[in-house]
Amino acid sequence: MSATANSLYAGRRRRNAIAKGLAVAATIFGLGWLVLILGVLLFHGLSGLSLSVFTENTPPPGAAGGLANAIVGSVIMTVLAVIIGTPIGILAGTYLAEYGRHDKLSTVVRFINDILLSAPSIVIGLFIYEVMVAPMGHFSGYAGAVALAVIVIPVVVRTTEDMLSLVPDTLREAAASIGLPRSLMIMRIAYRAAQAGIVTGILLAIARISGETAPLLFTALNNQFWSMNMNAPMPSLPVVIFQFALSPYEEWQKLAWTGALLITVTVLALSIFARSLTSTRKQ
Amino acid sequence: MSDMALRDANVSARESSSRAAVLRRLRLNDRIFHGLTRGAAFTVLALLSGVIIALIIGAAPALGTFGFSFFTSQSWNPVTEKFGALAPIYGTLVTSFIAMLIAVPVGLMVAFFLTELCPMVLRRPIGIAIELLAGIPSIIYGIWGLFVFAPFLQKYVQPFLIDTFGSIPILGTLFEGPPYGIGVLTAGLILAIMVLPFVTSISRDVFSAVPPVLKEAAYGVGCTTWEVFRNVILPYTRVGVIGGFMLGLGRALGETMAVTFVIGNAHKISASILAPGTTISASIANEFTEAVGDLYTSSLIALGLILFFITFIVLAIARYLLARLNRAG
Repeated sequence: MSATANSLYAGRRRRNAIAKGLAVAATIFGLGWLVLILGVLLFHGLSGLSLSVFTENTPPPGAAGGLANAIVGSVIMTVLAVIIGTPIGILAGTYLAEYGRHDKLSTVVRFINDILLSAPSIVIGLFIYEVMVAPMGHFSGYAGAVALAVIVIPVVVRTTEDMLSLVPDTLREAAASIGLPRSLMIMRIAYRAAQAGIVTGILLAIARISGETAPLLFTALNNQFWSMNMNAPMPSLPVVIFQFALSPYEEWQKLAWTGALLITVTVLALSIFARSLTSTRKQ
Repeated sequence: MSDMALRDANVSARESSSRAAVLRRLRLNDRIFHGLTRGAAFTVLALLSGVIIALIIGAAPALGTFGFSFFTSQSWNPVTEKFGALAPIYGTLVTSFIAMLIAVPVGLMVAFFLTELCPMVLRRPIGIAIELLAGIPSIIYGIWGLFVFAPFLQKYVQPFLIDTFGSIPILGTLFEGPPYGIGVLTAGLILAIMVLPFVTSISRDVFSAVPPVLKEAAYGVGCTTWEVFRNVILPYTRVGVIGGFMLGLGRALGETMAVTFVIGNAHKISASILAPGTTISASIANEFTEAVGDLYTSSLIALGLILFFITFIVLAIARYLLARLNRAG
């Protein structure tokens, strides 16, 4: 009797130990990829990193060069996308959190926004191709920026709503009790209280779009030269990486690794900084 | 105090002689702001409808020409302009299936570790590290997959798979052919690495929402940590966990760049998962700018429409499940 009870207990303990071991192994496995990817990236990327990467344009096959035009193109399109996307995102998020917290429109918009948030970005590229590139007759930096803006909007809507919902209602009531109109209450009180969170959302959106490749492939296309003309095809770092990595030329592949390192460092720095903004406030 | 509000609104008394005028102005501003936010909310709706309408219009020529056979045909021939979506659809589903097969159990176990076993000090750093993995752009996974992961698989893993399973009758067909390195399996594995952080972070969130009383009661009757997880936490959070899986699946289905690098872009269905294939997103990314002729372009947009339709359903289910959880909680 006690022998079977003991063996039963031993079996349960064994299973417990195995499960715990598997959990630890799974965590190491998961984190291992991060270390592995970052390690390889540093190894390949750093070896190609030099000043000429930032000062010279993308080279023709077989020649040395840099990524200057791609970096500038990426920055321009990202900035424009944020300028277009952020106001729309903040205003829509404001509606969801302040005006229509429980109405039907908000329920639908919230749902649609969540779908857009994880919709395949290549489909966004096709959409912008259909509405901008095809009617205009040519690829352009504008189309690329708008495609990125479509990705910015849902991210900003989501964080703005979440952060405004965290603002205590007592603040709103206090503002209303001294006769502050609602729009001023939102702009002067609610926005100020949710400031850090909203900025976090914008930074996360920038992090998200600075590595996006798929929506740029057939909107901004690419360009081998220095180009500040937004109405013409525009180079961007991710698209250049895509093209160069798949090429047979060693110089191009090397530049692709360097570009990949630049993007990753930017994205990780942005998201760590964004997180630190909100986490210090929470604790 | 209300004076201060007025000053803040930059409404000076000199400008408008009467109090009523000021109030009218404030009310107007209020209405404008309300209208602006409402308009922005409608913009979000318009975006999604715009995507759907644009894709349907773009896909119409191809769907009109090929009809239902577009979904059942395997041929993809730009020269004779015969297009069918079966191979990309198949590739999309198979790579996502491989990804989920790996990411779900591993993600669950990582979440188990983070919520139940991990020392408090490590909990935050490990959680952040997993989320950073989610933040790495997909093109980075792609270039890493092409130059590092695929050669590694080709040299060590795939020959082993072929030697071990190749001679077993039915299972063997899965591992037929030479080890290319790139192919369906490689794409699936990379997708697994990309989906893992999503599954993990959502599972962790729902696990930590389990009321402590439930866990304490289970520990009180003598359950082991694993039994508490298996018999209390998992059943309690089932809906949320499945919602998390669906969200991960949505990402795997639509993922473009990482897959494009390593799938090999071959428009055919092979029984072997070592063979090159294609997915919907990889086909579009690879061929769209080079597509000549309206029918070719339209066929690629039709592929995009199919992809959007599939991910829409998966994501809608995910959001529905997660929303149900929030309401209950």
